[in-house]
Amino acid sequence: MEAVIEAEGLGKDYTVAEGPLPRRRRRRVSAVRDVSFRVAPGEVVGYLGPNGAGKSTTLKMLIGILAPSAGRVRVAGLEPVRARTRLARRIGVVFGQRTTLWWDLPLRDSLALTRHLYRVPRADHARRLAELTEVLELGPFLATPVRQLSLGQRMRGDLAAALLHAPEVLVLDEPTIGLDVVSKTAIREFLLRLNAERGTTILLTTHDLGDVQRLCRRVMVIDGGRLAFDGGLAGLHAVAPSPRTLVVDLAAPAAPIAVAGARTVRVEGPRQWLELNGNPARVIAQVAADHEVADITLREPDIEEVVHRIYAGR
Amino acid sequence: MRVYLSVFGCALRRYSGYRAATAAGLFTNSVFGVINALVLLAVFAARPQINGYTAIDAVTQVYVAQALLGPVDVIGRPLALAERIRSGDVAVDLLRPAHPMAWFLAQDLGRAAFAVVFRSVPTFCVGLALFRLALPQEPARWAAAGLALLLAVLVSFTLRYLYALAGFWIGDARGVTALAGTVGPLCSGLVLPLVLFPDAVAGVLRALPWSAMVQVPAEIVLGKATLPGGTVLGGLAFQAAWAAALLALGALLTARAARRVAVQGG
Amino acid sequence: MSAVATYVRLAWAWTRALAQYPASLAMLTAAQAVATVGELAALVFLFGHAGRLGGFGLHEALLVYGLAGLAFTLADLLMGSVERLGEHIRTGAFDVMLVRPVPALLQVAVEEFSPRRLGKVVPCAAALGWALAALPAEWTPLRAAAVPVLVASGTVICCSVWVIGACLQFVALDAREAANAVTYGGQAMAQYPLAVYGRDVARAATYVVPLAFVSWQPALYLLERPDPLGMPEWLRFAPPAVAALLALVAAAVWRAGLRRYRSTGS
Repeated sequence: MEAVIEAEGLGKDYTVAEGPLPRRRRRRVSAVRDVSFRVAPGEVVGYLGPNGAGKSTTLKMLIGILAPSAGRVRVAGLEPVRARTRLARRIGVVFGQRTTLWWDLPLRDSLALTRHLYRVPRADHARRLAELTEVLELGPFLATPVRQLSLGQRMRGDLAAALLHAPEVLVLDEPTIGLDVVSKTAIREFLLRLNAERGTTILLTTHDLGDVQRLCRRVMVIDGGRLAFDGGLAGLHAVAPSPRTLVVDLAAPAAPIAVAGARTVRVEGPRQWLELNGNPARVIAQVAADHEVADITLREPDIEEVVHRIYAGR
Repeated sequence: MRVYLSVFGCALRRYSGYRAATAAGLFTNSVFGVINALVLLAVFAARPQINGYTAIDAVTQVYVAQALLGPVDVIGRPLALAERIRSGDVAVDLLRPAHPMAWFLAQDLGRAAFAVVFRSVPTFCVGLALFRLALPQEPARWAAAGLALLLAVLVSFTLRYLYALAGFWIGDARGVTALAGTVGPLCSGLVLPLVLFPDAVAGVLRALPWSAMVQVPAEIVLGKATLPGGTVLGGLAFQAAWAAALLALGALLTARAARRVAVQGG
Repeated sequence: MSAVATYVRLAWAWTRALAQYPASLAMLTAAQAVATVGELAALVFLFGHAGRLGGFGLHEALLVYGLAGLAFTLADLLMGSVERLGEHIRTGAFDVMLVRPVPALLQVAVEEFSPRRLGKVVPCAAALGWALAALPAEWTPLRAAAVPVLVASGTVICCSVWVIGACLQFVALDAREAANAVTYGGQAMAQYPLAVYGRDVARAATYVVPLAFVSWQPALYLLERPDPLGMPEWLRFAPPAVAALLALVAAAVWRAGLRRYRSTGS
């Protein structure tokens, strides 16, 4: 099938100036190097990597904000930088860290303005707005100024604004950052539904493993500017099996816990971190039997850890 | 006292980081200084003496005013306090063991101290390089000029503190700040030396606190008899009286505001 | 055409957002009006002392002030927000603008559009009206038609200077204040007859930052007066051409800035 996003040997170099003014030296730094991938229509792809790995740089090249210094990129058949405004009508972009809505206007007015900016026919707009209002449950706060919305509400509003022109491709930069569990779930379910019903292609960056597990069948990992992994989620775990962590709060500070199936990696006063490599239930039972325990929590591996393992393993 | 010294030091350090802004401010002051000076020189070319001022006096006042603009915020840019009142963060300031007015004053003095060295002195030097200026001859008048600068900073701070406090009672101080920002330059003698205003208008403006920020310091540098009481000491006393009165009003309103926050929760 | 419609729609949205705080909006508007009236008063006072400046009497000077003031304030109303480009780049708001299918310059220009700036436009228009009513030269249809053309040219020139100044922020994010020294300093200068500043400043204002075509040359044309500085007579017919040329330069500079932004991402 024809790819809707296509990157071939994509690279981005920056010149950075260093040192005090009179003897300032210029140095070329590669933020992204030789990245190639294709995304077919209807795919949901997670784009992962530690901070500074080149995620945002790639994303900016895909949406036409940044010109690549090497390689070729096409989105929806267009060259992003050259056809930025035409491309803007065919893609939706949501930045988790900042809003595309107008801060002082009621959400309803922001969405109405979006209609004019994207020149959406009135009837289409009304129909889609009604749908989105229902699915994203915008009704209760349509009349509220954006600055008074909670982060979760604002993100739902941003999603609606990005989708009113029915884009073929949705690009999301950390869409669930800072959200509570309920809001995260709502956003994930919505995206899944959007993808299933409309076939919208979704590309998202995230630090949240939950996003990846729930949404993405395919994952791309970038580190140090290079694509380190591109494949299924199962493959990701196979390449980098990451241990879960047990955080144990003891009643009093104690020597590092020694228990089969886990390894104590960190001690801070009464709190200890154990890296699990055996059956969690058995380890927990053993720890509770050996020590006076105030609290125990099981932590899923951080996406950053998974990513680092992949890169280290290459 | 140690608390305020460290707040002062922090502000001083923070502003020394804004090098580009300082350079731009210096450039702006110099440009406006040249424009104002050239207009006044043209006026005095037509009439060599106006209300006791000569061309040199007028141009000196222009550069005293531009030099003061760094440390003395005549335009009344809002203190951080204004934004903190709008956002409600001010509750934290009121709960600190330090007095909020002293806290913000220490901060503003830190900013002013930096600006005196890196804005006032260079701006005045630009004036000296481009025009003939009248400089005090006796060391005592230089000392008086320094004291006048400090008092001008105090008056400018208390005025801005009061503008910001208005936010407690009307919710949004932006309108007050904007209005005060246009009144300040006009009434202080920044836009035009007060001696060039019609006598009746000038008489009123000379009695108001804004004149303590530019007109009075300029006349202290020039040693003019138009000062309150006709002497440099009279001018300093005028500035000190306004500074004391405004500080007292600020302290009173701060106490009221604190009570209001305690009762209504902000 | 659709760009104009988009601008109007966005401007209207900002206006409605501001209207949520009517008291603040009223005070902000009043502040702008007070500042302008203050400047006008200063001009009247100065002519009261000097009689004539640069060979211009009060009514002729008011014509210069009105032309400069109206062009600058209209430009400020329409495009003044471009000076906040660096802030938008820093906060990432500029990226958001770039992913909308609307020209980025239009979005930056209309951001936080505020009708409070009308507070400056109205007194300037009044000053111009007053000066035109007292114009000594005979009114011909051509002269009457020239007034709106000259105001429009002046507005375009000011908008262009503003955009070019803002583009500096593509290179240095904190260049705003330095650019302001030129834009606002230029405005202050263009409000008085250029002859006041002497030949060098007038040359710079003609050939470097062509603000002479905003008020000085148009005034010479409307007053049918020879140029006291002896510059070529045909310059007074040039404002529309200068405006068109400068607008093209501004557009090219903006494009270059955008290209730079897209290759560096900052």
